[in-house]
Amino acid sequence: MNGDASAAPPPKMWHLKLYVAGQTPRSIAALSNLKRISEEHLPERYTIEVIDLLENPQLAKGDQILAVPTLVKDVPPPLRKIIGDLSDTERVLVGLDLRPV
Amino acid sequence: MTGMSDATAPAALPKVPTGIQGFDEITEGGLPKGRVSLVAGAAGSGKTVLAMGFLVNGAEKFNEPGLFVSFEETSRDLETNFASQGFDLRRLQKKGLLALDHIHVERNEFEETGDYDLEGLFVRLGADIDAIKAKRVVLDTIEVLFSAFTNEVIVRSEIKRLFQWLADKGVTAIVTGESGEKTISRHGLEEYVADFVVVLTHVVNDETATRRLRIVKYRGSSHGTNEFSFLIDRRGISVLPISSLGLRHVASSKRLSTGIARLDEMLGGKGVYRGSSVLVSGTAGTGKSSIAAHFVDAACRRGEKALYFAFEESPAQIVRNMASIGLDLDQWQKKGLLRIHSERPQNTGLEMHLVRMNREIEEFSPSVTVVDPITNLTSIGTFSSVRSALTRMIDAMKSRQITALFASLTEGGADPEATDVGVSSLMDTWILLRNLEVGGERTRGLYVLKARGMAHSNQIREFVLSSSGVGLLDIYGGADGFLTGAARSAKEAEERADALRLARSIQETEHEVARKRKVMAAEIERLKAEYEAEIESLENAIVEQRMRQDALVAGTAAVRAARGGRNTDVKARTTEAAKRRPKPRSRP
Repeated sequence: MNGDASAAPPPKMWHLKLYVAGQTPRSIAALSNLKRISEEHLPERYTIEVIDLLENPQLAKGDQILAVPTLVKDVPPPLRKIIGDLSDTERVLVGLDLRPV
Repeated sequence: MTGMSDATAPAALPKVPTGIQGFDEITEGGLPKGRVSLVAGAAGSGKTVLAMGFLVNGAEKFNEPGLFVSFEETSRDLETNFASQGFDLRRLQKKGLLALDHIHVERNEFEETGDYDLEGLFVRLGADIDAIKAKRVVLDTIEVLFSAFTNEVIVRSEIKRLFQWLADKGVTAIVTGESGEKTISRHGLEEYVADFVVVLTHVVNDETATRRLRIVKYRGSSHGTNEFSFLIDRRGISVLPISSLGLRHVASSKRLSTGIARLDEMLGGKGVYRGSSVLVSGTAGTGKSSIAAHFVDAACRRGEKALYFAFEESPAQIVRNMASIGLDLDQWQKKGLLRIHSERPQNTGLEMHLVRMNREIEEFSPSVTVVDPITNLTSIGTFSSVRSALTRMIDAMKSRQITALFASLTEGGADPEATDVGVSSLMDTWILLRNLEVGGERTRGLYVLKARGMAHSNQIREFVLSSSGVGLLDIYGGADGFLTGAARSAKEAEERADALRLARSIQETEHEVARKRKVMAAEIERLKAEYEAEIESLENAIVEQRMRQDALVAGTAAVRAARGGRNTDVKARTTEAAKRRPKPRSRP
């Protein structure tokens, strides 16, 4: 409801965090999928931060990460979490409020 | 059965004690070490309390750090809730013996696109475990994962992996789960992955709630299979397992006084055995509580602790009433030797009640206990449940060498020996109190119906309550039954007269006996003399006959010699004739 309203004003930066646990094929696939989707739909309006929980286990608490890979978008609000290898582009777009359901 | 002591048998499954009263007994040592156990039950059945008890005891009693991962309650909520159960979680956290972690998961919080696993959870648990070097872990409740994620296949395989991962971590873990309709846990997964499964239920019967637990599975170990009652209150959880104790308790040969000297005298002169159970039954007002009070008072005088369960009177009321018979129980309460625990058993279920009593006993560790009266327990359960509960209770006390006195109120008119027969077999000593109505007077009588392992008096004593306590008097017993009080005095006078008459009669009879004896002796003398005379005359006759025979032989020889010896036959014939001749006719 608010999503539609906030999509209209001037573009903001999208801050995307991708939680992974080690360099697994799944995490590599998720990162490449995320980069592709962001380039297509948020050109030059995004940053991607990859957080490897094996290196920083304590960071799992902050965003309540259970599944990996998990994509977290908190800026712009609202907070969204998308889990999986992000292979389904349509669902990722819905999850990021980039496309109406 | 004897596998434990058998050196050649494979090592028994290592176990981790929960420190929860009773629980370690029914599991024969606790939870499987380094494995995952499932605690299943409906909401409010006590899963969280049991799990937390495992951690808190681990920290306090075994110095093992524990991690509690909550998927539902926040850490703050847990701290508050358990503070009311007497668990100071904050203090344990400060000491580094406990960590709480609240993992917040919301239903369908995630958009799912493609494949994933729950490594994030593993990483988080791993960090938590390593932070305090946890040996015990609780996940409460793990099944929220099923609602958080839509892909059930992934969740199932990840939960299986989690169980294995926890085992590899070397921690002993409890996961909790809501009970399902057809399966033990809602998703039917945890119970077959876990090595130990216990199910908690909460049943309401006749407006009385009873908590029960049952061990469904214990891989690699024997365990009690019954349903056991347990209790949750401000002091945590305790299970009533006592049936597993059996009859292994030692039998003491030490005796202790009942506090009433004459009663001790009736009980082989030394009182009851330590660690035995005594039943005192009687109708209302026969003095059961007074005997109980003496029993308690005697224990306190010896410096031992006594615990009095009163189901009909408040502590103050008991103290006041017993002061009227000269017993100052208040002093013992003040010294901490006596604790009176008053409660209406109807307020809680029978088993809850026994659990509570059991815990009171465990806490106070008394030397003697009084249950006054057990009849109130029987009113709240079926006969068999009361009997089994009581059996367990008595076994528990015996194993602790606690001497227990149970008062039992029998209904007026009913035969106490019949009404108490169910529980009396559990008792070592049975003292019966009766109201005796004689000569318009009501008095009390006491007798020992049974006393295992000792010679006891079979006599009925009159039981008197005065300001100096309980006294026992010898009772009049005679052909007309037994008499007490004033009737006894009257009867005693009559008795003395009777006794005099009787003594005279006895004397007469004795004279008669002596006379008869003399007559008898005289008769024997006479017969003896007669006999001797006859024998003598018979013997004389024999001698005479022999002489005549000799003379005859000599005469025949002379005749033969005169005839020149021709006729030799004559001698032979004559000799034979002499022999053939019958003796009576040979008389001169």
